[in-house]
Amino acid sequence: MNAYRIKGKGRVDQRKPVRFSFNGTAYTGYEGDTLASALLANGVHLVGRSFKYHRPRGILSAGSEEPNALVGTDRGNGRFEPNTRATVLEVFEGLNTTSQNHWPSLKRDVGAINDALYMLFSAGFYYKTFMWPKSFWNKVYEPFIRGAAGLGKSPTVPDPDTYASRFAHCDVLVVGAGPAGLAAALEAGRSGAKVMLCDEQAELGGSLLSETNARIDGASGWDWLKAAAAELAALPNVTVLTRATAIGYYHQNLLGLCQRLTDHLASPPEGAPRERLWKVRAKQVVLAQGAIEKPLVFDGNDRPGVMLAGAARSYLNRYGVKVGNRPVVVTSHDSAWLAAYDLAEAGAKVAAIVDVRPEVAGHLKQRAAALGIEMLTGWTATGTSGRLRVASVRVNPISRNGVFGPARTIACDALLMSGGWTPSVHLFSHTKGKLDWNEEGQMFLPGERTEESRCAGAGNGSFGLAAALAEGAEAGADAAVDAGFKAKAATYKVDGEVPLMGVSSRELTTDRNASKAKAFVDFQNDVTAKDIRLAVREGFKSIEHIKRYTTNGMATDQGKTSNINGLVIASDAVRRPAPAVGLTTFRPPYTPTTFGAFAGYNRSELFEVTRKTPIDVWAEENGAVFEPVSLWRRAWYFPKPGEDMHAAVTRECKTVRETLGMFDASTLGKIEIVGPDAAEFLNRMYTNAWSKLGVGRCRYGVLLGEDGFIRDDGVIGRITSDRFHVTTTTGGAARVLAMMEDYLQTEWPDLKVWLTSITEQWAVIALQGPNARKLFEPLVEGIDLSEEGFPHMSVAEGRIYGVPTRLFRMSFTGERGYEINVPARYGRAVWEKLFEAGQQFGITPYGTETMHVLRAEKGYIIVGQDTDGTLTPEDAGLGWAIGKSKPDFVGKRSLSRPDMLKADRKQLVGLLTSDPNTVLEAGAQIVLDPNQTLPMKMVGHVTSSYWSGTLGRSIALAVVEGGRAREGATIHVPMPGRTHTARIVGTVFYDPENKRLSA
Amino acid sequence: MLVIRCPYCEAERPEVEFAYGGEAHIARPADPSTLTDEQWKDHLFIRTNARGTHFERWRHVHGCGRFFNAVRDTVSDKFVTTYKAGLPRPTEAELEGMRK
Ligand SMILES: [Zn+2]
Repeated sequence: MNAYRIKGKGRVDQRKPVRFSFNGTAYTGYEGDTLASALLANGVHLVGRSFKYHRPRGILSAGSEEPNALVGTDRGNGRFEPNTRATVLEVFEGLNTTSQNHWPSLKRDVGAINDALYMLFSAGFYYKTFMWPKSFWNKVYEPFIRGAAGLGKSPTVPDPDTYASRFAHCDVLVVGAGPAGLAAALEAGRSGAKVMLCDEQAELGGSLLSETNARIDGASGWDWLKAAAAELAALPNVTVLTRATAIGYYHQNLLGLCQRLTDHLASPPEGAPRERLWKVRAKQVVLAQGAIEKPLVFDGNDRPGVMLAGAARSYLNRYGVKVGNRPVVVTSHDSAWLAAYDLAEAGAKVAAIVDVRPEVAGHLKQRAAALGIEMLTGWTATGTSGRLRVASVRVNPISRNGVFGPARTIACDALLMSGGWTPSVHLFSHTKGKLDWNEEGQMFLPGERTEESRCAGAGNGSFGLAAALAEGAEAGADAAVDAGFKAKAATYKVDGEVPLMGVSSRELTTDRNASKAKAFVDFQNDVTAKDIRLAVREGFKSIEHIKRYTTNGMATDQGKTSNINGLVIASDAVRRPAPAVGLTTFRPPYTPTTFGAFAGYNRSELFEVTRKTPIDVWAEENGAVFEPVSLWRRAWYFPKPGEDMHAAVTRECKTVRETLGMFDASTLGKIEIVGPDAAEFLNRMYTNAWSKLGVGRCRYGVLLGEDGFIRDDGVIGRITSDRFHVTTTTGGAARVLAMMEDYLQTEWPDLKVWLTSITEQWAVIALQGPNARKLFEPLVEGIDLSEEGFPHMSVAEGRIYGVPTRLFRMSFTGERGYEINVPARYGRAVWEKLFEAGQQFGITPYGTETMHVLRAEKGYIIVGQDTDGTLTPEDAGLGWAIGKSKPDFVGKRSLSRPDMLKADRKQLVGLLTSDPNTVLEAGAQIVLDPNQTLPMKMVGHVTSSYWSGTLGRSIALAVVEGGRAREGATIHVPMPGRTHTARIVGTVFYDPENKRLSA
Repeated sequence: MLVIRCPYCEAERPEVEFAYGGEAHIARPADPSTLTDEQWKDHLFIRTNARGTHFERWRHVHGCGRFFNAVRDTVSDKFVTTYKAGLPRPTEAELEGMRK
């Protein structure tokens, strides 16, 4: 159909039709169209309903600032995206789109009742309306808010697209490829500097794409653009990125660019990423972001068909689309007159130009008169009509002393407005650059910069083509010079440009009751001028507070079309100048950005590293169920056919206690501490004394923070007099090494000690159980494994199966135990050999769950589970591990602070439930009196809780205030459903005499 | 993301290579047992929390591994200088020269 398309006009390719759908209706556009231009070409203005009042809304703008025309896009196979701006969405063959915020249909919407209930939803409605009565909250308000919350529908399946990311470095990054940005990039590019030029649109040109009058150096704007683009493309040192939005400007000239790669393609190449996030570090930055037109604020300024005059001009000149056959222009700025001329010349009947200024320049009037357009200067718009599309505008003359003349109603099918232009200072503002208020232009301009950046063109308040080219060229040349290149700005000769002036208006005055006017400021969040005045009346004076109370500027468009209008209305109401009321802070991203772009490659299995031990593959092949432990995946248990977790763990525990089990302990952190002062260093770091630890012996060590609380623990073996093999918890390995490095480098740099992480150099196989020694005694060379030669807590170097080993005799199960360290690459081979040899003893591999149960039966703590960063060694029952005679160690001074000595500190105890079959929940709270009134006084919590097959009952560890003195007492554990009782006991449930360590 | 100069590598590197290490020039007392509870509390917990010039520690953890000191403006996030651990803190006059 394309009834509103002008044949041969614009930059779209009218030989290449593209079929797409909107709300199930098929339409045709052309290659180069946006959804907005294609819909307008088909006469469609109504594209959505507003968020709060469900008012019919149309297309306001022609760019990324669009607040109204948000649609859902479906590109098939789960590729659904809500809130895509129709004004930037490029149409392609087969594109399916839907409007938002309505039910059951766009034209007949039930939620529009909200519009009639206007009083309910005025400023602060979130804070006021839903406060009362309390009983309404669950049944009425919350479902209502949840139903109304959010724009558009969320996608329902995981995003099937892939997203790329890339770092880049350049000398000069130019943001925006309008005339200023192009001139800057040309200058910097010619200097030989490495230049990147990015623009959010599909093609370069910015405002030039909509400009048909002016000539640059004798060529038409479009011919100049073509030549400029060709020159940039030919420069090998220049990278041009289109469809690339600069979303954020961060410290030291780091900018994020989101480049859309495939959204505009009907059939994207297989495997091509949808978007690419560029992180560009530039020596110099030129910001040429342009300006955004301001809407006028008057009653009914939000009807479909009411749009920005500059946008109407873009649709005509760039896309060849007349936005109406009978438009009316209402303006306070000259630029809207150009839209009227262009439309009239394209065959539209421009019914009137209504200009609120009493006088305008003579040349404007002459041209309008020549085109037969009626001019109403000194008139204002006071209302509109038309349900789903504007049908008329009500206008009144205002005398010089403000008296309203009688109203006139002018029929129209489009109403084009302009309240002047707002420089886009968003990225400059991201750098905390100061913004200066320009009273004459009623705008904020970039002031003192904080980064190596320059602003040029309309974004710097330098409006007009000639000014943009001149300032852009200068900025590009200066940036190149500051980056170390030679450059001198070229000059451009611009003809055919008329100077454009305007006044910035507040809300347009009206002869009717202003408090009944629906004069919208923020279209996306449905904020009216009246809401802002109400907020000020209710006491809000700062723009940051007014913004939050009214939600003005808080929608996904970040107030691109509403901030300045909101500010000047607030400033009038507060009776303070605009800069004193302030501009809200802009924050990245400049435009809504997909989560996919931010996530990039970091998703699914690449989201986080999964560390695997050398034995992991064996565990997987042998049916292990895994659990994540810090970044590692560890075998959790090894179920046999038909076994559930409980059965498997009970069997594994029983086998270890009765004969033999093997456990992959490779994930334990391992640090080698070497040097003549190694023992002294350990003395200072750990609570225990190390000087007297003999070579070939090992000891359990406790590491505190300087605050006296347990940070880590592990067994430390002395390999030679100057070499220690330190083990840490699995999760604490990196932290402990960093802490040791900190003390070594910055507190005791005089100590001759070297620290090396050896976690991944050694695979560790724990052999635990009464038959452990029998199994491998014949396999080990070079170590006397006799009871006297290698008692509990020994370490020695030798060979097993011919492979070098560091063999520890230690136990985390309470049974006779050995930990066989072998070089990582032999880990799996030695494991498999031992498993094979162990069959004669009925050996079982066991996982972390069995390890946990066995250690809990012995009362061995796990740092981070039974401790939480507030437990001292004394609290945890590890007072014996403190070297009392040592003058100092990390954390020692804190242990004598008064709070550390209190009797009611939480202490680690054992719990036995009254019902032996009840397994308490780890984390459950403990109270002394279950009948006290709520909220109860909690005296501690369960830290570990398991079913102990060995004991035939449940066991638990807990921290309880003054717990050790309460041994024998009954405590209570309130749980959903019932309250359990338990008796406080010691922490060692099994073999308290430690006889089995040598059994 | 900041760019930070490691005084040991003598090179500027992105922030991801570094770890922050809290306020600088807070030496652990030679013999903590001689400190009163109040003094020990101050040593452990009380920090400058500067608005503006801040002396702080960083570690080039994914590079040379060394701890070093830096002067950063906490308002602008700009580094004035970085220097090796153990060196005295630059004077205000020296810093003023570096800011220019
Ligand atoms: Zn370094």
